[in-house]
Amino acid sequence: MRHLGVLARIQLSDAEVERLTGQLDSIVSNIAKVSEVATADVVATSHPVALENVFRPDVPGAVLTVAQALQNAPDADDDRFRVTAILGEEQ
Amino acid sequence: MAKDALMDFDEALELFEPVLGFEVHVELNTETKMFSAAPNPAHESNHDAAPNTLVAPVDMGLPGALPVVNAQAVRSSISLGLALGCSIAPSSRFARKNYFYPDLGKNYQISQYDEPIAFEGQVEVELEDGTLVQIPIERAHMEEDAGKLTHVGGATGRIQGAEYSLVDYNRAGVPLVEIVTKPIFGAEGRAPELAAAYVRAIRDIVIALGISEARMERGNLRCDANVSLRPRGQEKLGTRTETKNVNSMRSVQRAVRYEIQRQAAILAAGGSITQETRHWHEDTGTTSPGRPKSDADDYRYFPEPDLLPVAPSGALVEELRAALPEQPVARRRRLKGEWGFTDLEFQDVANGGLVDVVEATIAAGAAPAAARKWWTGEITRIANLQELEASDLVSPEAVAQLQALVDAGTLTDKLARQVLEGMIADEGTPQEIVDARGLAVVSDDGALIAAIDEALAAQPDVLEKIRDGKVQAAGAVIGAVMKAMKGQADAARVRELVLERAAQ
Amino acid sequence: MTDLTRLSAADLAAKLAAREVSSVEATQAHLDRIAAVDADIHAFLHVNAGALDAAAEIDRRRAAGEQLGELAGVPLAIKDVLVTTDMPSTSGSRILEGYMSPYDATVVARSRAAGLVPLGKTNMDEFAMGSSTEHSAYGATHNPWDLDRIPGGSGGGSAAAVAAFEAPLALGSDTGGSIRQPAHVTGTVGVKPTYGAVSRYGAIALASSLDQVGPVTRTVLDAGLLHDVIGGHDPHDSTSLEEAWPSFAAAAREGARGDVLKGLKVGVIRELPDAGFQQGVAESFRAALAAMEAQGAEIVEISAPHFEYGVAAYYLILPAEASSNLAKFDSVRFGMRVDVPGGTVEDVMAATRDAGFGDEVKRRVILGTYALSAGYYDAYYGSAQKVRTLIQRDFDEAFAQVDVIATPSAPTTAFRLGEKIDDPMQMYLNDVTTIPANLAGVPGISVPSGLAAEDGLPVGIQFLAPLRQDARLYRVGAAVEALLVDGWGGPLLDRAPLLNGEAR
Ligand SMILES: [Mg+2]
Ligand SMILES: [Zn+2]
Repeated sequence: MRHLGVLARIQLSDAEVERLTGQLDSIVSNIAKVSEVATADVVATSHPVALENVFRPDVPGAVLTVAQALQNAPDADDDRFRVTAILGEEQ
Repeated sequence: MAKDALMDFDEALELFEPVLGFEVHVELNTETKMFSAAPNPAHESNHDAAPNTLVAPVDMGLPGALPVVNAQAVRSSISLGLALGCSIAPSSRFARKNYFYPDLGKNYQISQYDEPIAFEGQVEVELEDGTLVQIPIERAHMEEDAGKLTHVGGATGRIQGAEYSLVDYNRAGVPLVEIVTKPIFGAEGRAPELAAAYVRAIRDIVIALGISEARMERGNLRCDANVSLRPRGQEKLGTRTETKNVNSMRSVQRAVRYEIQRQAAILAAGGSITQETRHWHEDTGTTSPGRPKSDADDYRYFPEPDLLPVAPSGALVEELRAALPEQPVARRRRLKGEWGFTDLEFQDVANGGLVDVVEATIAAGAAPAAARKWWTGEITRIANLQELEASDLVSPEAVAQLQALVDAGTLTDKLARQVLEGMIADEGTPQEIVDARGLAVVSDDGALIAAIDEALAAQPDVLEKIRDGKVQAAGAVIGAVMKAMKGQADAARVRELVLERAAQ
Repeated sequence: MTDLTRLSAADLAAKLAAREVSSVEATQAHLDRIAAVDADIHAFLHVNAGALDAAAEIDRRRAAGEQLGELAGVPLAIKDVLVTTDMPSTSGSRILEGYMSPYDATVVARSRAAGLVPLGKTNMDEFAMGSSTEHSAYGATHNPWDLDRIPGGSGGGSAAAVAAFEAPLALGSDTGGSIRQPAHVTGTVGVKPTYGAVSRYGAIALASSLDQVGPVTRTVLDAGLLHDVIGGHDPHDSTSLEEAWPSFAAAAREGARGDVLKGLKVGVIRELPDAGFQQGVAESFRAALAAMEAQGAEIVEISAPHFEYGVAAYYLILPAEASSNLAKFDSVRFGMRVDVPGGTVEDVMAATRDAGFGDEVKRRVILGTYALSAGYYDAYYGSAQKVRTLIQRDFDEAFAQVDVIATPSAPTTAFRLGEKIDDPMQMYLNDVTTIPANLAGVPGISVPSGLAAEDGLPVGIQFLAPLRQDARLYRVGAAVEALLVDGWGGPLLDRAPLLNGEAR
């Protein structure tokens, strides 16, 4: 559960971890039944309506103004979004 | 930072076999981004955009925004896949690579995972001595670039020690093709050289295709170099490191060499290699550890539900295949023969990135040797001084016109160099500059003879010496005449005339 | 004078077109109604301060003789999941409190272009996760039929606004029943269009492969009129269908004549036995079927063996996609930020998401992260996508035999606020009848079928049609509506209790 919290970037309190663990156990035991019918011969459907090759012509369109882009920024500096120190590395 | 122990390179090669692998990211130069209609900063017209001015809602992950695939980016990717000798997947799809990072507007990167658009190819790479090596390609897939972080408050602009960071999303969503090689065996002591040659080969291919600006210093082309060593005679591959974002061919070469020496020292001392990313430091010529591989690297890939499969028709693939330019290595081989250059002469041209301009100059009428001399000589010298690309200074056509004036005897080499300066300063065509600056060679023998007679009269002793057969004494008279003519005379013709007059 | 708030949108539109009333009058009447009853209902999170100006503009354009759309001047309530430039868009979450979108959702832009007057933004379960609107960060919405009961969810605000005569029309979104189930418990009409029939651009994504925007109204014709405005191809949404859709209002008008029921084959699913439903729900459903049969419809039992796996598949696919879609709420570009003194950006993101997300959101994000994580993908997400294929096959086989499928829209009438809040799995099972349509992409409509005998609360009947056959639902829905309203001697909502001491 802690590991999932790290992956999902949610700081979970001990109480939350405990509560969620119990609830997820119950939910997972209910939903795990999908594997009963999901046999190897069944193809997976990721889109309800099968389409392909949906493209956009390479023609420039509207962009946000800097004011619009920064409109909701919790913190900004020098027309850029400001965040506190980053620990991790680029991927 | 503790200094790494390094083993002598040759010694390392005796004990270990280096195995290489590369991931090269190519920024496509489409007009717009991969998934939005925002102008693409990797297109030549948008290089200097101010922060956050090339941003559409989807590029910064605004609530409700959706991606739509750029048709041209798909075409460019297919062309690149074909040029890499890959098969094009009849159906490929996008996936989400989930991880949190402030430069990633949505906190997932739209990439391709289990179904890349191109797979299984090979690239012919030419080493400096002309040796050809085949590099096996695993896949080439489409994805989007991330935004740009600026780290503030640290000593060196690095992430470590920075107080805060600023994010610009202009680059977020720039179309990328990531080219992944299979493990490359057998490079041995030429591994560093091969690394640089491979990156050069990719650069040449994308330039020939016209699908990327391919400027490494701008990040249009970025190489992650994987290096592992295995003891001689061992089957199993060693643990590899991935040196990220090496941004010049020289650096790729140095980084690979460094990793071989560093890993060899560790292994020889009984240590083991940590699987990690590493950073290349241009200033010190070293790598330093980055992120170790961990279970936090769970990217939770799944098919991107906002996008549909890309299923290029056979007709489209064949159309793009038919439009492929000649492979750069093959083209170079052909041109070298046609131009009659030596290996060294041709490498000069190729390594300077001047094949295209030399070819165009020859096409405009210049002799191959002359075209080569202009571009690798004077033009490159001035470009280096001005920190510009030689090809940005003058056009091949103008260089051919300049050479034509030399061939016609209108200009000496020295005068021609002055005209070139005028051309670079945008003073007009070579002929216009000759006229405006009055630089043409004085070809009127009458004027030359008058000047010669005057000089001979002024130096009777010289005349005597010439008449006595000491021909080399003519130099003093020639010098005086050239000075009188302000250099605009053909020295050889002057010499002829001096000897002629002295004999009379 | 008629109470303008009690007119259907079609009737109000007719009066506006005839200039019997102005849009300002109609809008003011609804604003007054909101002021009078919304303290009890809490359908709105935000009331549009610019509504009267927008109405006056429509009046001016109409006075100037401009040709306006059929719904021009009619007020519209907008679910807060849809982004708007002139009102905050929070999706019911604290993390987006005060968020202002720089662009309008396509459906909002189309509504404005058609002259509809945005009245405000309606309450919803946080990020549309829920079936009761109790998971809104801004407090629950109350069912106008009984203020102690839930209005359904996630679109409880839109359904309650329409049921309480605070708006004649509303927009909703339906990921697993969020339009149809609220319609069921509030005695209103809700349509989930075919996946791709209405643009998702600007709908804050919950589960991209399931989400669909649709109309929330009191009559089938009104739903058709609104669907005509918002539907159709949108190049900003890659999953948007390029169909030439017929007019759904025309289909509803055609259906209201009643003859479509003659010979109509209506499928009833064997695997959804009456015993699975509250008695009054099952009775209302059977009575509606009997009324249809009396008009010549043929009731056919069909089998959908995989529907029983629908809830499980849904609660894997939805959390998985949601965990990725909600990653963008990280405090960097917009939304809440919780500062962590001395913390890194990772700490700030994690603290913000802990404080900004409610329990249900955290539950589903964690569940989705788990379902996608390495080693579990195939068993969970992969299997769920296969169940999707099986459910589509069930639909294909059923629609080979019948024109539409009918089910009760939900298993029970409105339950009490707080009744299921601590038992997520019980809450999830509420969606058993609505989920298959989202998994398969087919359209669905919920139309009031009557009141449950035991509690006097509304019940809805759901009709499902094959992909792209939305018009069939409007025809059948309008026919059943006409038939039942005729039997009741007036709309079901006429029997709703009075609110806040109102006089009728
Ligand atoms: Mg990579
Ligand atoms: Zn990549």
